[in-house]
Amino acid sequence: MKYDIILAGVGGQGILSIAFVIDNAALEAGLFFKQAEVHGMSQRGGAVQSHLRLSDTRIYSDLIPLGEADMILSVEPLETLRYFEYLKPEGAVVSSTAPYVNIPDYPPLEEIFKEIRKAPVNVLIDSEKLAKEAGSIRAQNMVMLGAASVFLPLREEHLKKYIEVLFERRGAQLVQNNLKAFELGRQAALQKH
Amino acid sequence: MKKMVLLGDEAVALAAAHAGLTAGYSYPGTPASEIMEYLIRLSNGGENLLARWCVNEKVAYEEALGVSFAGKRALVSFKHVGLNVAADPFINSAITGANGGLVVVVADDPGMHSSQDEQDSRYYADFARILCLEPTSHQEAYDMTREAFDLSERFGIPVMIRLVTRLAHSRASVSVREPRLPNQGLSYGHPEDWTLLPSNAKRRFRLLLDRQGELKEYAEQSVFNQLVINSENNKLGVVVTGIGFNYFKEVAAKMPYEPSYLKISTYPFPENKLRQLLEKVEEILVIEEGYPFMERFIRGVAGIPGKVIRGKMDRSLPSSGELTPDAVSLALGLSQKKGLKVENFKIAQRPPQLCPGCPHADTFKALNEALKDFPNNNVFSDIGCYTLGALPPYNAVKTCVCMGASVSMAKGGAEAGIFPSVAVIGDSTFAHSGITPLLDAAYANTDMTVIILDNGTVAMTGGQPSFGTGEPLNRLIEGLGVGKDHLKVIVPLPKNHEQNVKTIKEELAYHGLSVIIARRECIQILGDKKRS
Repeated sequence: MKYDIILAGVGGQGILSIAFVIDNAALEAGLFFKQAEVHGMSQRGGAVQSHLRLSDTRIYSDLIPLGEADMILSVEPLETLRYFEYLKPEGAVVSSTAPYVNIPDYPPLEEIFKEIRKAPVNVLIDSEKLAKEAGSIRAQNMVMLGAASVFLPLREEHLKKYIEVLFERRGAQLVQNNLKAFELGRQAALQKH
Repeated sequence: MKKMVLLGDEAVALAAAHAGLTAGYSYPGTPASEIMEYLIRLSNGGENLLARWCVNEKVAYEEALGVSFAGKRALVSFKHVGLNVAADPFINSAITGANGGLVVVVADDPGMHSSQDEQDSRYYADFARILCLEPTSHQEAYDMTREAFDLSERFGIPVMIRLVTRLAHSRASVSVREPRLPNQGLSYGHPEDWTLLPSNAKRRFRLLLDRQGELKEYAEQSVFNQLVINSENNKLGVVVTGIGFNYFKEVAAKMPYEPSYLKISTYPFPENKLRQLLEKVEEILVIEEGYPFMERFIRGVAGIPGKVIRGKMDRSLPSSGELTPDAVSLALGLSQKKGLKVENFKIAQRPPQLCPGCPHADTFKALNEALKDFPNNNVFSDIGCYTLGALPPYNAVKTCVCMGASVSMAKGGAEAGIFPSVAVIGDSTFAHSGITPLLDAAYANTDMTVIILDNGTVAMTGGQPSFGTGEPLNRLIEGLGVGKDHLKVIVPLPKNHEQNVKTIKEELAYHGLSVIIARRECIQILGDKKRS
């Protein structure tokens, strides 16, 4: 088994928190993983991505080759498109529909969605709406992780366990909000897929 | 054995702690910052070690050298260009030698994700004639760092660990071993070894040269260098270094056969093993992350008669930027897979930018307006978040070279006739390398204006402490000889815009040295404080 994921979003959207949960759930499941991430200058409101690889055998490369990713998991629709060339033709796109507009030439949303829908497997999720419903607008990343969990070769309870670990220092309310965000994302993806 | 999820940087830090580290020193810089961040976490978490941010890399290196002199184990870490700053003590510490284990971790940034060049630190190790270990995986980062302390004490020299961004900032699980204790008690270095008067230095340098044979012997038997011969196929042999090994193994799994290869992870490199591989095969491909360091050795001037040598120098692999599995795939003769394509749709770029509410933005707006009256101005800038002032919508700065260069270049520019000649530098960058050029300018009362953006932190790398901020910074600047009349403090906020423009204009017009401190806390740090 091998499962390669491109995580995408804008600096500050919590891509690395998604990665933390998946990494630890993979370790818990006895899988090998490697996860290359971006720090420093690129984080300041710029495009950020992380290559996350899961496998039951040793992984060498930290980077996913073009055309081999099983999934693009993105917290922002324009960022989803930026990494399309990494996706296998039969790979899954799990993308937020909520735009992060901090550039003057942001393209019309409908055109972005039209392009995303060209991927044979695509799940578009209104992460902003669901995160609000869960009680925390910042929990969009966990909404998207919940949606992706439908496809991931990981157990739901392992993912939830590390959502708790990730947020426990910030108090019980935030843990609950993020678990709810995960659940709402998961349900939304199950309905669409 | 315990398994832990660690960044490459963190694997190095943990290994140093487990190797019996007494003290670690660093200056922040991507992709090396997380080494010290992790050491500080370990230290706060009860590990008996000292972990310190320093004012710059040269100071960090010298502090580590002092620990080594005292017979204890020291780590110093920074990004590749930090080694330029620390080059003086680095090169000379190979001559003094190490007493307690001294390990210098340098994180190179091929592809310049967050840097102004992609220099390859293996050349520095070669230049200093010391050992360099180059891990290919997180486990090796841990294992090699532990071994590096032993090697440093065994050979009596500093040992370099060379990381690259893709390992420094990648996470994987690492098996960790039992820690050992730091060296106990003090054991001073011998004064005749550590006092580099020419008579001592000549003897010490000869000793360093005499040791090269032992270092080469180590390379031949090191488990980190692996020669694997495929006796079924002698067409292609691969010489692969650092994380190039990962891409090679990824691609080799898809080839009809795995070519013979030599994985090189220590420098000096294992010459005999290399010769064995070269003799066996008809064609050699050299894969390395960074400059074509090994490739130049292998090619020499005349190449190897009858053999084809490929690598970066013949563009079989890209000669700049990071390696990718795709580039290595092509070099090994495999075709590239095609992913989904986005056609007839322009994906707008999303470059990094100053955060909403950033004080630098208000300073740049005021500066730009003040400069309108001075068409022949030039603004020299420096390394930090504020380098983003070079991009739209600000387009406010015209240079960025290296730490502190804004102040010295503004002085040179002023002396060449630029008026007004302006330097823009952050508080931490100023403490790092801006003080000495400002002393130079104060001594000469150069006709220039220095704007210090005092946000109280090292913002770009995640908010490490700044050494020259707030009120003490004012006194420091006065102490350098800057006149009180032309030392101004402004608060960069939209409501102060008109007043700030006026202050800046007055100082630009003044024919002599002015310093303006634009002081407001980094918006990220302020947010973090409010959240906690």
